[in-house]
Amino acid sequence: MMGAVKLKSEQLTAYYGEKPAIRDISLEFPDRRVTAIIGPSGCGKSTFIRCLNRMHETAPRTRVEGKVLLDGEDIYSEDPVRVRRRIGMVFQKPNPFATMSIYNNVSAALRFNGRHPRDYVDAAVVRSLQQAALWDEVKDRVDTPATSLSGGQQQRLCIARALAANPEVLLMDEPCSALDPLATTKIEELIGQLKKDYTVVIVTHNLQQAARVADYTAFFYLGGLIEFAPTEDLFERPRERLTEQYITGRFG
Amino acid sequence: MRFDRPARRKFLSHSIAVLTGLCVVAALYPLVSIIYSAAIRGGGVLFQVRFLTAVPPNACSVVQCATVGIGPDIEGTVILVGLASLIAVPVGVLAAIFASEYRSRGLGRAISFTADVLTGVPSIIMGAFIFGYFVYYPSITYSAITGGLALSAIMIPIVTRTTEEALRTVPNSIREAALALGISKWKATLRIVLVAALPGVATGVLLAVMRASGEAAPLLFTALGSNLYFHGFNQPVAALPLLIYDFALSPYSNQQKVAWGATLFLLAAILIVNVASRYMIHRLGRQMAGGA
Ligand SMILES: Nc1ncnc2c1ncn2[C@@H]1O[C@H](COP(=O)(O)OP(=O)(O)OP(=O)(O)O)[C@@H](O)[C@H]1O
Ligand SMILES: [Mg+2]
Repeated sequence: MMGAVKLKSEQLTAYYGEKPAIRDISLEFPDRRVTAIIGPSGCGKSTFIRCLNRMHETAPRTRVEGKVLLDGEDIYSEDPVRVRRRIGMVFQKPNPFATMSIYNNVSAALRFNGRHPRDYVDAAVVRSLQQAALWDEVKDRVDTPATSLSGGQQQRLCIARALAANPEVLLMDEPCSALDPLATTKIEELIGQLKKDYTVVIVTHNLQQAARVADYTAFFYLGGLIEFAPTEDLFERPRERLTEQYITGRFG
Repeated sequence: MRFDRPARRKFLSHSIAVLTGLCVVAALYPLVSIIYSAAIRGGGVLFQVRFLTAVPPNACSVVQCATVGIGPDIEGTVILVGLASLIAVPVGVLAAIFASEYRSRGLGRAISFTADVLTGVPSIIMGAFIFGYFVYYPSITYSAITGGLALSAIMIPIVTRTTEEALRTVPNSIREAALALGISKWKATLRIVLVAALPGVATGVLLAVMRASGEAAPLLFTALGSNLYFHGFNQPVAALPLLIYDFALSPYSNQQKVAWGATLFLLAAILIVNVASRYMIHRLGRQMAGGA
């Protein structure tokens, strides 16, 4: 069965204004495993993972009910800034800091969140860029602006930036939607590597991708959690009719 | 009548081109004529030795009396605008940050609204207000301090409004990126969002400085004006717009000449500072956007 639980949501409901976008979601993320979240567009995948590092509440007129436990402690009774240092995030659209160089983007968390010796930062930048499969392409120009990178490179830069902060959990919201097949493969390999040290939650529209990278998969529909199971079981022996319809592409 | 159409359209297009051309002329005419008359009438004195350093002349009805200079007024304007900027830039920028970045709170919205209203308040009212407030402190009622305050009251809403606009052009995804890295809100705001908005902020400050350096009305009952070089923050101080206002109404031709010289100087200084800082802001913007 499942190993230790790293992150866990309990009856999580999140609102935009008065309208709940996800309802009553209880889900457990096993430690150092990859969990994929799948479901049709607008079903609340982004909203859900934004609740897991308290980003949801940064948008105006939003509200969260329920709990999210990180190592058993409710993150909603802690300082959100500290929570986000432990739970990193990669967004659906690449969002590098346009005014900063590649180097300064990757080192942002280290530079802004405390003092570190220069060679420590340098090493972290190189390691993170290597992990994100970007190092070879940028090693000669880490001081050029981040905006000089292509869209796919920018997304890998954002992954490197999140990794450099050294989180325990990494949330990825469709990290490959802007990438070509080659870069996608690299990212998927990276995710495979990452789970040695990190707990990864990945939202994806690509069912093959979920099947390839995820140990567990959760299927969301209309703001609710329909099914959660080890990936193989979910794809081969779905318990719910909705899940089956979705993964076989027969959706009404 | 179909084949008539293209001719009609051409005619319409031509007349509109002519009309817009006329509007451009009408818009530019005042500016050009101001520069032209200031150059004709002020050019002579401006290039006299010591015009930029000597004190202004007393009234003089003899035909040959000397024109002398505008030294104290240049100095006074620099001091007043400098003082005003020292107050207006931090206050305006912080107010804008509050209005834009903490908008969900009522105070944020109140700030934008107040800045909007203040921009429309006639500058003489600002001067009168500062005067009214400091009447109870007679030792500094007429001084560089109250003059600087009055000018800052004019600059603050301009800085606030333009900074707010500049902050709003920074995409929200940048704020999210910073927060998601566990960077605290104020650090993300000051060191990432504000930095991204810097060219816009600088343009706003420039606009406010330009506006303040040409204002006479708010200085009438605050800085008051003086014929002497600066001699203390609690003393009345000279300013170019005050000198122009004074001497333009003077019946004495030597003072009128100085007024024209001062006008030309002020116009030229504003123009040069404007062009130079726009160039620098442009370069800053390009550097940040990645011109390397
Ligand atoms: N800022 C917002 N304000 C109001 N409603 C929102 C906002 N963002 C999302 N919603 C709504 O919440 C619901 C869930 O949106 P969410 O972005 O979480 O979906 P998603 O599953 O990530 O979709 P996609 O696969 O297209 O990214 C949708 O119905 C959407 O309209
Ligand atoms: Mg989404």
